[in-house]
Amino acid sequence: ISPAELASTPTEEPNGSGHLMDFLDEPFPDVGTYEDFHTIDWLREKSRDTDRHRKITSKSKESLWELIKSLLDAWSGWVVMLLIGLLSGTLAGVIDLAVDWMTDLKEGVCLTAFWYSHEQCCWTSNETTFDDRDKCPQWQKWAELMTGHAEGAGAYVLNYLLYVMWALLFSFLAVSLVRVFAPYACGSGIPEIKTILSGFIIRGYLGKWTLLIKTVTLVLAVSSGLSLGKEGPLVHVACCCGNLFCSLFSKYSKNEGKRREVLSAAAAAGVSVAFGAPIGGVLFSLEEVSYYFPLKTLWRSFFAALVAAFTLRAINPFGNSRLVLFYVEYHTPWYMAELVPFILLGVFGGLWGTLFIRANIAWCRRRKTTLLGKYPVLEVIAVTGITAVLAFPNPYTRRSTSELISELFNDCGALESSQLCDYVNNPNMSRPVDDIPDRPAGPGVYNALWQLALALVFKIVITIFTFGMKIPSGLFIPSMAVGAIAGRIVGIAVEQMAYHHHDWLIFKNWCRPGADCVTPGLYAMVGAAACLGEPRLMSFYPPIVMDFGKGLNGTSREESTPPTLATDERGPRGKAPLWAFLTQDPTRVEELEALIKDTDYKGFRVVISRESERFMGFVQGRDLPLAIRKSPFKQDGVVSSSVVYFTEDAPLLPPTNPQPLKLRRILNLSPFTVTDHTPMETVVDIFRKLGLRQCLVTRSGRLLGIITKKDVLRHMAQMMNQDPESIMFN
Amino acid sequence: MSPTADGKKLFVWREVVVLMDLSLLPDGRGTNSFCPGWEGSATTMHQNFLQNNFEDVRCKCICPPYRNITGHIYNRNVSQKDCNCLHVVEPMPVPGHDVEAYCLLCECKYEERSSNTIKVTIIIYLSVVGALLLYMLFLLLVDPLIRKHDAYTQPLHNEEDSEEMRPPVDSAAAKANTVLERVEGAQQRWKKQVQEQRKTVFDRHKMLS
Repeated sequence: ISPAELASTPTEEPNGSGHLMDFLDEPFPDVGTYEDFHTIDWLREKSRDTDRHRKITSKSKESLWELIKSLLDAWSGWVVMLLIGLLSGTLAGVIDLAVDWMTDLKEGVCLTAFWYSHEQCCWTSNETTFDDRDKCPQWQKWAELMTGHAEGAGAYVLNYLLYVMWALLFSFLAVSLVRVFAPYACGSGIPEIKTILSGFIIRGYLGKWTLLIKTVTLVLAVSSGLSLGKEGPLVHVACCCGNLFCSLFSKYSKNEGKRREVLSAAAAAGVSVAFGAPIGGVLFSLEEVSYYFPLKTLWRSFFAALVAAFTLRAINPFGNSRLVLFYVEYHTPWYMAELVPFILLGVFGGLWGTLFIRANIAWCRRRKTTLLGKYPVLEVIAVTGITAVLAFPNPYTRRSTSELISELFNDCGALESSQLCDYVNNPNMSRPVDDIPDRPAGPGVYNALWQLALALVFKIVITIFTFGMKIPSGLFIPSMAVGAIAGRIVGIAVEQMAYHHHDWLIFKNWCRPGADCVTPGLYAMVGAAACLGEPRLMSFYPPIVMDFGKGLNGTSREESTPPTLATDERGPRGKAPLWAFLTQDPTRVEELEALIKDTDYKGFRVVISRESERFMGFVQGRDLPLAIRKSPFKQDGVVSSSVVYFTEDAPLLPPTNPQPLKLRRILNLSPFTVTDHTPMETVVDIFRKLGLRQCLVTRSGRLLGIITKKDVLRHMAQMMNQDPESIMFN
Repeated sequence: MSPTADGKKLFVWREVVVLMDLSLLPDGRGTNSFCPGWEGSATTMHQNFLQNNFEDVRCKCICPPYRNITGHIYNRNVSQKDCNCLHVVEPMPVPGHDVEAYCLLCECKYEERSSNTIKVTIIIYLSVVGALLLYMLFLLLVDPLIRKHDAYTQPLHNEEDSEEMRPPVDSAAAKANTVLERVEGAQQRWKKQVQEQRKTVFDRHKMLS
């Protein structure tokens, strides 16, 4: 390929009109941009960027100013990363603080300063006791505030009622804002971001309104007590920030391939602030989300993730002790015999994942086909009402899910006084804090066990119905909660078995009485990890999928001979032909306009002449109308009767003719071609590895047709007996 | 550390460094150190500001039950180097020879927060939500009333056909010059975009979750 000859336009566009209020005008799409819900051409973007870079490098030798400009261009990537990290960290801090406050608002309010959450309100108080660490007179529950009574049946009912009312209010606000302002803000966002990063265009998905609404409604949705998390949506928020800052630099705003590098790094920053783990963010971006991840992006992602984590730390939403979401320390090692319950927890994770995925997909299908999908607002309100009504009585579901997970991960030392740590202590014990031997469970623990079992069932069921509603929702935290509850129950069971039956064979070797063998918190963590892995597979299940990696296996299992393009006619399915002839002979602008007026061509092949049909080049379907329409701005004197030419030099015309229009720049002189005897697997491989959008098919040197990415996907869908019509938007 | 200017306060999150306003000290002396016990002649605003930050640090010691003493939590505003059992646990519930054993059981942690950040964040968040709510009410209730008289000039918009509409030809639409008309135009375009998004998400349920 000669990059210089490949269609490349952006750097030459005369952008004369740079008025201040131009952002209010409708942006005229450039030649070389892509339509909504289509894929980009990775090769074209890459060659455009190489072109631009070469031009800047060559010009930088001319003068000092050009050298400075080239340095600025090189550094613009790092500047964008810095800005992304700052904004993501800030937004994450705001979200954390607001969620803290609003979650507690459902139960009560701080009298000294209404903006404090429960923990912050009692921060300076001296009235907190060891058993009731949260009680202080400055923070009152609603019943106590309104009626003056703190205990009693009436107070309980009033608290219950107000809890449900606040939850309903928050979720109603959330779904209304999403519906009115930014419908793309619903869901978690990670599957769509994966799609976008693999080259798909979804306009508006990473826009400014989506960013604002997602941030605001995420707080409302999480605070309403619904069984959802905020980690997935934080990735979406970070990618919106990435998109926002891309528009500052033309290097990224005009090149979709480069923009996706920035978005990969932004996704890393998103996970970094969600969990306080920069390296985890980079790994997530590398493994899960990105399609094209060069080494340069690795360093930039790490930088963005670090900046985001530091910014979050500076805002300090949790106080000094917590930046990582769940900070645990275990002081005793685990034993080989404990692998058995760990494996059991893994099996539980797998089973739960399968159950959840099937049930959720079935429910989503219901939503799509029946009346349920027509009332999204009512659905959100109903689910919130049910969640709140069922969650309030159980103290483990009443609090926020992150708090629940923290408590479950916590190792019970002497300093804990929660119900879960109500073990029977030896009164003469004076061992250091973290080396407490195994103790028999007190009544509080048994109480906690059945409450936790109820909470487990509740969470499993309600998450199936919560996920998929039209509000921002993430899946990480509910999955971890389910796993943590299961793990803790198993851990306590093993611990008690080890204590009461320490003379059994399996315990005799590693668990002597008086030693600290079993850490239930560790089991909770293992359970959480097991359950976290499963539902993420949801994002691989496609009603729509544009990522190639999955479909490849099923291509030709059912056929004995590999399908080739010749035997597998990829016809246009009864519509008008997808391409048209253009010849090198001069045609007029008005003829071309008549050609493109009524039909939507995918592309135009330019041949030497109609008789010889020798192939010259290819013009994208979208580019030709845009180039013609934009031409009056570029070249004066071009009118409808002007001649259009694709050659390098203008044809000889009598001087009375108006200015001819040169369209060589939109002509792709080296498109990818395959012959019609190429096996389908090779074709799919080419598409996947090179990131092509379309490929021309020739037979005996003559152009036969064009095959696009969507055609290949439809073919693969047919192979897998899926509905090919579900490949969307064509 | 020298004061940068009179009357200026400099507050850095991590290190509690406060440059006092010289005129506010009782005897007019200049000082650069952080005096925990200072109070009195400052104005109310300064006092509140200082007290907020004053209370933003604490040392929290949790002592578990010991023999016949119940568990207790102790809070005090001390600096990080003084954050240990001996400085914070007052009054000491055990006699002198037992203090060491008792203190070994206690765990002390130094904690910091920024109350101003919390206040500013919550108030900004509430104002954004309020503004969005007002705008939503405006769009849903007031806007249709205003535009009712324009109903005759706008063509009927068929929902199904709009999917097949191609990018509109850039016909000679008069470039609206005034800012208000451009804002109008931008708002109309945005509304159309949101409508498209709504169709994709709510009607056709095409988005994954």
